[in-house]
Amino acid sequence: MRGHRALVSARFRALLQYRSAALAGLGTQLFWGLIRVMIFEAFFVSSVMSQPMELGDVITYIWLGHAFLVVLPWNVDRELQTMVRSGGVTYELLRPMNLYNAWFSRAIALRTAPAMLRAVPLLTIAALFLDLQAPESPEAGLAFVISMIGAVILSAAITNLLNVALVWVTSGERLTYLAPPFVVLFSGNIVPIPFFPDWAQTAIRLMPFSGIVDSPFRLYVGHIPPSELGFVLAHQLIWSAIFIVVGKRMLAQGLRRMEVQGG
Amino acid sequence: MRILDNIRVYLRFLEVSVKSQMQYRASFVMLSLGHLAGTGIEFIGIWVLFERFGSLKDWALPEVAFMYGIVNIAFAITDAATRGFDAFGVMVKSGDFDRLLTRPRSTALQLAGQELTLRGVGRLLQGLIVLVWAATALDLDWTVLKVLLVVFAVLGGAALFSGLLVLQATLAFWTTESLEIMNTVTYGGVETTQYPVTIYRPWFRDIFIFVVPLATVSYFPSLAILGRDDPLGTSLLFQYLSPAFGFVFLAATLRVWQFGVGHYRSTGS
Repeated sequence: MRGHRALVSARFRALLQYRSAALAGLGTQLFWGLIRVMIFEAFFVSSVMSQPMELGDVITYIWLGHAFLVVLPWNVDRELQTMVRSGGVTYELLRPMNLYNAWFSRAIALRTAPAMLRAVPLLTIAALFLDLQAPESPEAGLAFVISMIGAVILSAAITNLLNVALVWVTSGERLTYLAPPFVVLFSGNIVPIPFFPDWAQTAIRLMPFSGIVDSPFRLYVGHIPPSELGFVLAHQLIWSAIFIVVGKRMLAQGLRRMEVQGG
Repeated sequence: MRILDNIRVYLRFLEVSVKSQMQYRASFVMLSLGHLAGTGIEFIGIWVLFERFGSLKDWALPEVAFMYGIVNIAFAITDAATRGFDAFGVMVKSGDFDRLLTRPRSTALQLAGQELTLRGVGRLLQGLIVLVWAATALDLDWTVLKVLLVVFAVLGGAALFSGLLVLQATLAFWTTESLEIMNTVTYGGVETTQYPVTIYRPWFRDIFIFVVPLATVSYFPSLAILGRDDPLGTSLLFQYLSPAFGFVFLAATLRVWQFGVGHYRSTGS
């Protein structure tokens, strides 16, 4: 456990070095968020029908989405990808740690450090000037924080499954092209899940991805009451467990047939 | 003759690029599918919102889809044909740009011909599907002139997006680094102008009319084709001619590029 903690913290600090990228990202995210906010404003004035969420809640949801965009499992660990390609992955095998757990630790750092760099300034600016609301209540705020931990674990489990898939070099990389669009759409990042057609609601909520974006954000705005935090956590953790088990199996199988090339 | 010769060289560049990418056919197919899905979810998002709200101000889904199609096709063409400018920051950093300067062709031509990125075919296909669906769903009375305007708008849009990439690359002469912030006007521009610009707040709308004139290739020509009145009060003639601003913009950015090349200092090594 100590080894893993050290690994998370080392990667976390390494990823915190990319400050100028985060700053450039901040400008992009602000601009992008503003477009989304204006589009929703325009939609809301177009319809007198009652909507599944209020405009203020949607705006808050949008800013949270941009602040925590990189929590989504939208990419793999670049260093691991290079390592698999160059053969450097053999060093990883020599380390006195369980390989899956070590990579999982890296995934945790990958999903948190860049997000922190972006979230703090973005949320500050959005709260001051761009209509980001405070959490619905202190309980809602607490439920949000706890569910974000669940979201990070779930996202790291998915990220690590993609990492593990890289061991099968070509087919693994194909998975990394095809998976992100589905993750982004069904997490609620493009449109909050409550706006999806009613007939699709249950299916989308049962999928793992809503646990990364939609559930924590709706806890924040009070659209899901804090009393339902248990359901959200259960959903996140069950899916995390599934992804971890599958990931471990796949890794074991991948290592059995691994050929190391080059020297 | 010079121009014809340049075009011939450019096509030859592209041919080589296509051949090399076709060596990895399966990878190409998967990348394109990924792109198709990646850009397709944007449209699913729009569809979801129209399902809920019915309309956007007084715009219906097929009308917005029409603009969406034009903008995405235009951007896909640019994305495929001017990749060299996109990766230009790397070239400046490594000093590879020096090599281009020694060749007897213009630098802009060589950069544009660097690579024809075929994976953009995903966005192109998606844009085409949406545009064709919109055109049939709208039940418009098509005239030759309107069809020509669609082509004009797409080409004008591709020119405008190319101009933006040229501008982004030009900045790298001074910053030696590609600026992510420019993505706000390229990718952000695609996002913005796939909706009618009149839905935005006036200051924001004006940016996309006067500064980065993307509205001239999506919004104004679409009004003419859809037969809608413009709340901004432009004339039909203006709407037909407005995609020309895309070409004007590209010409202007190429002048800025020339200026940048004049100020280029190699990073050495």
